[in-house]
Formats: sequence, C-alpha cells, structure tokens
Amino acid sequence: MEHISKRFPGVLASDDISISVGEGEVLALVGENGAGKTTLMNILMGLYQQDEGRILINDEEVHFKGPEDAFKAGLGMVHQTYMLVHNMTVTENIALGYKKAWKGIHLDMKKVRDKVVEVSEHYGLAVNPDAYIWQLSVGEQQKVELVKTLCLGARFLILDEPTSALTPQEVDELIVLLHRMTSELSIIFISHKLQEVKALSNKVTILRHGKVVFSGNTDDYSSEEIAAKMTGHEIILPKNNEKNENGETVLSIKDIVVKSDMDTAALDHLSLDIKAGEIVGLAGVSGNGQRELAEVINGLRKCESGSISFFGNEIQNKNAEDIIRHGMGYIPEERNTEGIVPGFSIKENFILKDSTSAPFAHSSIMNGKAIDENAESLIRKFDVRCPGINTAAGSLSGGNIQKVILAREIERKPKFLVAVYPTRGLDMGAVEFIHQKLLEIRKSGVGILLISEELDEIMDLSDRIAVIYKGSIQRVLDKAEATRENLGILMAGVKL
Amino acid sequence: MTKGFKIAFKAVIILLAVVIAFLMASVILWIIGADVSATFYTICLEPLTNMLHLSEVLIRAIPLCIIALGISVAYRSGIINIGAEGQMSIGLLAFTGVALAFPDVPRPLLLPLALLASVIGGGVWGFIPGILKAKLNVSELLSTVMLNYIAAQFYSLCLRTIYLDPAEQVYGTGTPQSMRLTDNVWLGRITGRLHYGIIIAIVLAVLVFLLMWKTSMGFKMRASGSGARAARYAGISVGFYVTVSMVISGAFAGLAGGVELAGVHRRAIEGITNNYGFSGVVVALFGGLHPFGIIPASFFFGLMIYGATLAPTKVGVPANIVQVMQGIIIIVIVTAQMVLSNDYFRDRVWRRIQSLRKKEA
Repeated sequence: MEHISKRFPGVLASDDISISVGEGEVLALVGENGAGKTTLMNILMGLYQQDEGRILINDEEVHFKGPEDAFKAGLGMVHQTYMLVHNMTVTENIALGYKKAWKGIHLDMKKVRDKVVEVSEHYGLAVNPDAYIWQLSVGEQQKVELVKTLCLGARFLILDEPTSALTPQEVDELIVLLHRMTSELSIIFISHKLQEVKALSNKVTILRHGKVVFSGNTDDYSSEEIAAKMTGHEIILPKNNEKNENGETVLSIKDIVVKSDMDTAALDHLSLDIKAGEIVGLAGVSGNGQRELAEVINGLRKCESGSISFFGNEIQNKNAEDIIRHGMGYIPEERNTEGIVPGFSIKENFILKDSTSAPFAHSSIMNGKAIDENAESLIRKFDVRCPGINTAAGSLSGGNIQKVILAREIERKPKFLVAVYPTRGLDMGAVEFIHQKLLEIRKSGVGILLISEELDEIMDLSDRIAVIYKGSIQRVLDKAEATRENLGILMAGVKL
Repeated sequence: MTKGFKIAFKAVIILLAVVIAFLMASVILWIIGADVSATFYTICLEPLTNMLHLSEVLIRAIPLCIIALGISVAYRSGIINIGAEGQMSIGLLAFTGVALAFPDVPRPLLLPLALLASVIGGGVWGFIPGILKAKLNVSELLSTVMLNYIAAQFYSLCLRTIYLDPAEQVYGTGTPQSMRLTDNVWLGRITGRLHYGIIIAIVLAVLVFLLMWKTSMGFKMRASGSGARAARYAGISVGFYVTVSMVISGAFAGLAGGVELAGVHRRAIEGITNNYGFSGVVVALFGGLHPFGIIPASFFFGLMIYGATLAPTKVGVPANIVQVMQGIIIIVIVTAQMVLSNDYFRDRVWRRIQSLRKKEA
C-alpha cells in the first residue's frame, strides 16, 4: 500500500501511509486505540475506498470495489468481532460464503464439509465441522473464522486484534498455529499487546494519529522501545511497592453461596477479607465465579447463604442503590452495557449514580450548569478524548469509555472499589493511566478488589492475591510469595 | 464532502419523497376516477382556509397530542404503550361516572374532579401492563393489546347498562349512549367546537419536557429506557421507573378521553376513541419522541384525519381511499427520514458523483 490517505468527517484517519508485506512475512500493525489500524485494513479489504494512494499486489495496481474483489485476489480478514451465525453449524456457516459449492439454488453440503476437513487438517486447526457455533468457546469460534477465511482461498491473512477475547492459554496456542501457517501465508496482524508482536512478527509498523511513526524489524527492538514509540513517550507501568499499612478490614465476605444465571452454584462457600488501603487481586481463569462475586457484592445478584459485611453493615441482598449509598464503587465487566448508558451523553453518564443528589440536583430539579461544569472538569482531569461533553458516550473508543467510568467512580469518593477487568482490550497508554489512578486511590485509604485475567496486572498492583477456582478461593498469597508459576498452578485448580 | 452537496442531497431526498408520495397517491385517485388536483386541495389545503375548518383540525390534534406525549414518556423509559386506546376508554368511563354521580356539584369543583377521575382511570389501566412487565417480564405488546379489548367491551357494556340514557329506555330507540352530561363538567369553547383542551395539551407538552429533561426522575426514566442494564448497575430501580412511566402514559391517555368528553362530545357515545390510541403511537414516533416535535406532528395528523372527512362530500372520494393515501404518505416520509439519517448512503452518493465527474474530465 502506497501513500494511502482517508478522510472521515472531522478526522484524517489515514495520513499518507505506506506499508509492504513480502511472501511468508508477518507484519504487526501496532498502535493505540483510534490510531487508524482498522481503517487502513478496511481500505485494503475494499470496505472503504482510499481518498489518495494506491494498492499494489505483486507489483500490479488493484482496485477493490468491495470485499468480494479482495477475496478473489486472495486476501482474507478475520474481524475483531466474529461474523458467525450462532444457530448454524460450522459447515453451514462456511457454506454461506463458499460460492464454489453453490449450483443454482442447490448447495453441495458434502463438498463444503470435505473442504472444511481438508483445510483444518492441513493447517492443524482442529474444528468439528458439525458443531453448532453456540456450543463453541471464543477460541474455537476464532478457529472457525480462520478456517472460513482459508476455505475461501486466502493466501494473505489480516487479523484484527485476534487475541483480545482469548484466555492466556488460547493466546499461546494461536501464536503457535500462526507461526506454522507462515510457511505458506503472509499475515498482517493488528495488536497492541507487545508480547505477541515480539513472539510472532518479522516486521512492525507503528501508527499514531493516522500516521506511520515507525517501521522496522521486530527483532531489533525491545518491547519497551516499541511501547515508547507507540504512545510517543516512555511507558513504565506503575508498580505497587509500598507497604500495606495494615488497615482494618472493611469488606468481609463469609461463606457465601451464589447461583449463576444457569442456576448452577457459581460461588461455593466463598470467603474473603479486604482491608482499607489495600488492593486484593483476584486471579483466575474467567468463568470461575468472578462475575458473580462482583455482582453479589454490588447487590445485583441474590446471595443464597452466607454474609457480606461492609464497614460493619450487612449488605448481602440489599439493593444496588443502598450499597452505592454505603460508599461502594464499581467498574463493571462490560463497559459498554453495564458501565455506561451508550445513548447518553458523556455528561449524563458522569452523574448516572448521582442524579438526585447535590450539586447536580436540588429537590429533584437538575442543575444543568453544575452537570456541565462537572463534566468539563472530569474530561480534563481524566484526559477523556472526545469532541465535547454532549457526545454520546457509546461513540467513544474503549479506552475513553473506561476513563469516563473511572472518572465517575473515583470522583464519587468511594470507600471501596470493585474493579472487574479494568484494562481489558485497552492500549498501553490507557493501561498506564488506569493503573496510576488505582494506586492513587489505594494510597488514599480505599480498599480495592481487582478482578483480572492479566497476571502481570495483578502482580504489579496487588498487596495480596487471591486465586479463585470453581467458585471458591483456592488460597490467598502475599505479594512476596506470588510468582507466575504458583499462580498458574493454583488457577488450574491444584491445591498448594 | 462539501457543505453545498450536503444541502443539495437533503433537498433532493425531500423533494423525491414528496414527488413519490404525490405520484403514488395520484395513481390511486386516478384509478377510482377522481379529480386528482381537487382532491389534494380538499385534504391538504382547504382545512387551513377558514377558522371553522382549522378549529376542526385542532380538536382532532388535541387528543392525539396528549396521548402521544404519554406514549413518548413510556417509550423513552423502555416500554412501548400500544394500549392508549383502552386507557382512553377507561378514562372516558371514569369521567362519565363522576359527571353522572354528582351532577349538582359546582363546576370549579366538578370539572377538575371528573378530569382527575379520568387520569386515575387511565393510570390504573397503564399500571397493570407496567407492573406485569417490571415484576414478571410480561411483554407489554401482549398485555396492552389484550387490555384494549377488555376496555372496549367494558365501555360498550356500560353504555348499554348503567350509563344508558334513561330517555333511550323511555323512547326505546336503544342507541347506546349516556344522557347529556351536566354542564358543570364542560370545558369552555374558544371558537366553533375548539375548546380549552388545546391549552391543556400545550401545558402538558411543556411539563413532559421539564419532567424528562430537567428532573432527576426523568433522568432515571430515560436511563432505564436507553440502557436498562447500565441503569441497574448504577443503582436505578429500572422496574419501578418502567412502571411509573406506564402509569403516566396511561394517565395521559385517560385524560385525553376526559378532555374529549368535556370539550367536544359532552356525552359518552360509541366511537369517541376514534383510533386516537393507535394514531398516537405514530404521532409520538413522527414527532421524534420529543414534546416539541409531537405538537406539530399531532397538528399534521389532525389535518389528515379531518381531510379524510371532507373528501367524500366535497370531491366524492371515499374516506377509506384518503386513509390509504395517508398510509402511503406516512410510509414515504418515514423512509425519507431514515435515508436522511444514513450518512453512509450520503457518502456513497458523493463518491459516485465524484467518480462520474472524473470520467467526464
């Protein structure tokens, strides 16, 4: 791609970008959220047309009018959100795009199935062609997407943040798989996780604000150097090095039993104590009761038995409003649907929990000026990048949405904070910012329950680390005794 | 993309919509052999030519406006009220009941009392689907439609039994209607049949605006409607606000019934609801679910409903045909609105034009 430029209303999404990928090469396209990575790939796939510049394949200029043309030229893209029909089987899903098997209105399912089996064996992508999509885990669904793209004859793969929804084990597996595929394919992959970039790519190109700021061979640079080039400044993720001052226990969970949505036991006699001014990291493979624990503490899920004591008050089975009034802060797992009302403006989302209290309302009449001033000051203080305080919060990027939530929760001066996957899918700059803020409020004496899948995050920030497995706490480790290895073993369910 | 193109694009789409709607309606008129231009004049312009016609348009807009305001409150709070027809019937019954029971109470007391009764009646009829949705997640589409049937039959029953005009029994004509209500419950008239209900409608529009956008309660209701899950996580009792919004919605529909009785009919007869409950849904959406959009939208619909009644006598076109034309016009306008709000489509058109220009050059 040479000198590609693309303008959207108000932004220059691609500014004179040139990249090239050779046969069998892996190019990592790196950059913060909103740097223009996905836009560039959508231009390559014919989803958007560039305003300037040209695309060359084997030295021939091509013009893609739509994704079909790109498929024909051997390009295939796996999107960040998978495009699969859930109540159809793997074979049926692939048949949807596999034109060779269509004869008039007749569809040769056997031919499709054979092709699926052939491709999955050839590349070592184990998928069951007769499984329904809803039966598959996210990692398996991604393999289906890969098989689908390869069945369509792709010789050149584009992967948009392929690891963002995968567990650490699945990520490792994917990297091995992709490595093997490079013997026959060229790959561009979009990411902002630097370990993966280092592990997989030959070349790296860094975008910032729609411009190429760096290109080079991956092996010549360290992760830190790449990170610094990506954000434009040196990234040093803050660490919790201070001594825990032995505050008093503020949240005490005793023997609670909670059911999941499927009516099975999600939390099984779980107990955990957290003190003021400490961060307790909850490590575990997702799906072991983390969501339910956060929800039961915040009054969003019924507690079948056991007790939760919060500053001496029993809060189990109290409603969410009461618990918020007691001083609980919460960064929920799903930032787009649980953390913000997407259709509401930024300023309205800032006061979601305080629409009845001063200064935003006096005897139920809302004070527009106070709401505006609050929003103006928060977007400055938390560096929320947005066109204005009246912008719909749902139109912001993930990192900025998370900053909106963080700003709201911290400015309410909570006595305690439950943070669930606070940095999932965010770029390094945003992660750094959020970690700093969490450590700041810890210092001010707030207890924090940090639920995360990222072991580095947990080990960097926590005073103590609790490992959850099948709804109960395996063990609570002090920061000093925790290592990646012993946490991994505990997470897998082995008692130490 | 230039600014000039954006304006031109908008103008072309609107013009195209008008032309398409006009052509389709003309074809229908041409098939039934009517005078096309005279018909359009009668249903679109003639109602605006004198005060008498205009007041008839307005008295149809009043109940539409009040009902649509209520529906917009519910819609914004995440519940779709298609039961305004039934809520209005219950409002009519409650209003009539009070008027018949206390004919001698003086007007300053009786009129507000009767209107209050219609508010409560409609509110109760809205509360039922609201609480069912909040507590048991019963679909409001189902419950409101069923309650419409029940209310319609109950209304019909009352007109034939306890509310039946004693005079009808004496003469045996058997028209199902109440006696003429005491003038202590009448709303005054401004000109023709136009009554002071118009003031009530406008005041309510302002109140709804203040409620939804300037109070904490409205904020919580809108949050519940816009993102129920996030609202719940922020400690807002979504179920409570959904129920409240439905009570408000029902109360508005009930009040529309009371105002219609007090201002226009002044006795309970069949057919007062006149499908206002359903048209109200269209008016609410047409007005962008905003009070200040609903006011013009209800005027427009009032005009169309009245136009349909003029057509048979003036130009010999049956009212049914006019309704068919109106259906077409509404669909075309709504489609045009959607096209206008689709920026990607505009972008595509812009690119197409650019590439054509390049070819020419």
